[in-house]
Amino acid sequence: MPKHRDRTLPALAAGLVLLLAGGCFSKRLDDSTIKITGSDTMLQLCQAWAEEYHKTHPDISPQIRGGGSGMGIAGLCNGKIDIATASRAMKPDEIELAKNNTGKEPKEIIVGRDALAIYVHKDNPMETISLDELAEIYGEGGKITRWEQLDVDNTLCRDGQIVQVSRQNSSGTYAYFREEVLGGERQYKQGTTSQSGSAELATLISRTPCAIGYSGMGYKTDDVKLLNVSAKKGEPGAPPTVETALDGSYPLARPLYLYTLGEPSGAVQEFISWVLGPEGQALVEREGYVPNAAVESSDKEPTEGAERAAKDEGSDEAEKDHGGEQDGANKGADAAEKQGDGNSSDSQPEQ
Amino acid sequence: MATVSTLPDGPRARRGTSSRFRRVPELLIEALIRLCGWSAILFVFGIFFFVFREGAPFLFGGLNLREFFTSSKWNPTANTPHYGILGLLTGTLAVTALAMAIAVPLGLGAAVFVSEFCSPKLKEGLKIAIEMLAAIPSIVWGFIAYMTLNPMIIAVTGAPVGLNILNGGIILALMSVPVIVSVGEDALKAVPDSYREAALALGASRWELVYRVLFPAAKNGLLAAVLLGVGRAIGETMAVLMATGHANQIPTSLLDRVQTLTATIAAELGETVQGGDHYRVLFVIGMLLFVIAFVVNLTADLVVRGVRGKQNA
Repeated sequence: MPKHRDRTLPALAAGLVLLLAGGCFSKRLDDSTIKITGSDTMLQLCQAWAEEYHKTHPDISPQIRGGGSGMGIAGLCNGKIDIATASRAMKPDEIELAKNNTGKEPKEIIVGRDALAIYVHKDNPMETISLDELAEIYGEGGKITRWEQLDVDNTLCRDGQIVQVSRQNSSGTYAYFREEVLGGERQYKQGTTSQSGSAELATLISRTPCAIGYSGMGYKTDDVKLLNVSAKKGEPGAPPTVETALDGSYPLARPLYLYTLGEPSGAVQEFISWVLGPEGQALVEREGYVPNAAVESSDKEPTEGAERAAKDEGSDEAEKDHGGEQDGANKGADAAEKQGDGNSSDSQPEQ
Repeated sequence: MATVSTLPDGPRARRGTSSRFRRVPELLIEALIRLCGWSAILFVFGIFFFVFREGAPFLFGGLNLREFFTSSKWNPTANTPHYGILGLLTGTLAVTALAMAIAVPLGLGAAVFVSEFCSPKLKEGLKIAIEMLAAIPSIVWGFIAYMTLNPMIIAVTGAPVGLNILNGGIILALMSVPVIVSVGEDALKAVPDSYREAALALGASRWELVYRVLFPAAKNGLLAAVLLGVGRAIGETMAVLMATGHANQIPTSLLDRVQTLTATIAAELGETVQGGDHYRVLFVIGMLLFVIAFVVNLTADLVVRGVRGKQNA
């Protein structure tokens, strides 16, 4: 045993010294990078933006990180990032904290909308679920724990138990779901599985016939099914689509936000106006979310907007390359890097 | 150092003038090695200091310790947050215990086989394979848990989801086996061959040789192997985060999903506001992990000393 220890100690020390040296001499980022961190729901969307934007503006490289809306907002409050993405609004105390820490007021920009979809396994026969039922499945003290309580004959799920899957507690989607479905003060049931990413959650659902989960509608794959959602049991439910998110018939539609510290300026301002412009908004639509333009036109002429939205919904682009396994792998790798060293999970478009 | 002064007189006299210069690099190397040795202690204290500094303000000002240890309500982002880690603690212990129940017999058995029973050629092959196993990154293990073991467990046990204690235990066992095997094999190899020869000469069978001679002789090393395995299992983060289902509850069966202390830190630390209660409580959990590691090592030390004391007496 002592022999073993002798060999490992110097090796360990040398390794640590190397690590430290690497940390000290790593290149500092220059001004042409825009650091964007936050919502996992918006991660794929942000990466699409970054790639397209970098093509037309080669001198600017947006750096995208996920981790959850909480992470983006925390980064903004600490003044460490340029843009925070969030699938929930900032809380008053977070705005206060950002003001105290940085002296600037966070500015809120809505870049699109999402319908928070309820995911089940593709072979689950269930079609419609109500908000009350969801609250009983997810909420502390909730009575629904088995599929037969929902009158669902979920044959592939031999055990019959509902596996309710949630997001990690810093996720904006987690906070939004608690607010809208559980009702603010109510907590999630103990034993609720939490996943650290939208893609990870969708992958788990696709492999687990007993599972139910919630996530942004942009993460749909062929292996999962999105349920219709109704406000009350017995009422007809609405599917999570661009159309229903717009006309308000889908009960879990929510805005997607960007936050900056104070009025954006320079490269950040240019990026944001590009995102809000036709190219950025086209990507919102391509990634399966509802662009701002659709919201505005539906305010004026609801039928036309809805029709156009419905047509676009059907296009296969919305479901493009969200292969379940691949996403799972990517997420896994992301999560690993997140744990080890924040910087390494930055994803930048190729030069 | 001592080696220089104890050199025989002959060569020293011949190289009398140059030895003075030769001492300079020697001294440098000596200092460097000394620094390396001390740095380990420095790092340990440094890490503990920084973890303590981040966690202490909340530990001594606001954290309800009774709730911390006796409640399983972990709702750090709620409007009225609860910081109860009973579910996380029992989750960690359950997964680690299962992993050890699988890995210790498997690892020690493999160590005995590699060291005592297999042919030299097979031994080389096995050692390479085991080292490869040790080199697989934990995220890959997590991925195997998620993609392969999950549906297998559903199919075999009929559990509603395959991410649970069983999955986490199997993955952690597979991760700690290589550690146990390589350290255990070193320990067995260190037993002098004269012991083996003596035992065989006295008519012991090979099993008796292993059980009655090698195990007692290599006890310290084998214990160290097992404890390194425990350390690997208890400290592992990414793989358990993916394998256990990450669901906070006090487990009652092997098929229950659990959340571990390490996975909680990994999943939540990045998203907390620096200096907030949630941020600090995660560092308090880090301190708790430190204490657990310390207790495990101390117990090991005491056990080893006890064993040694008896042998000397």
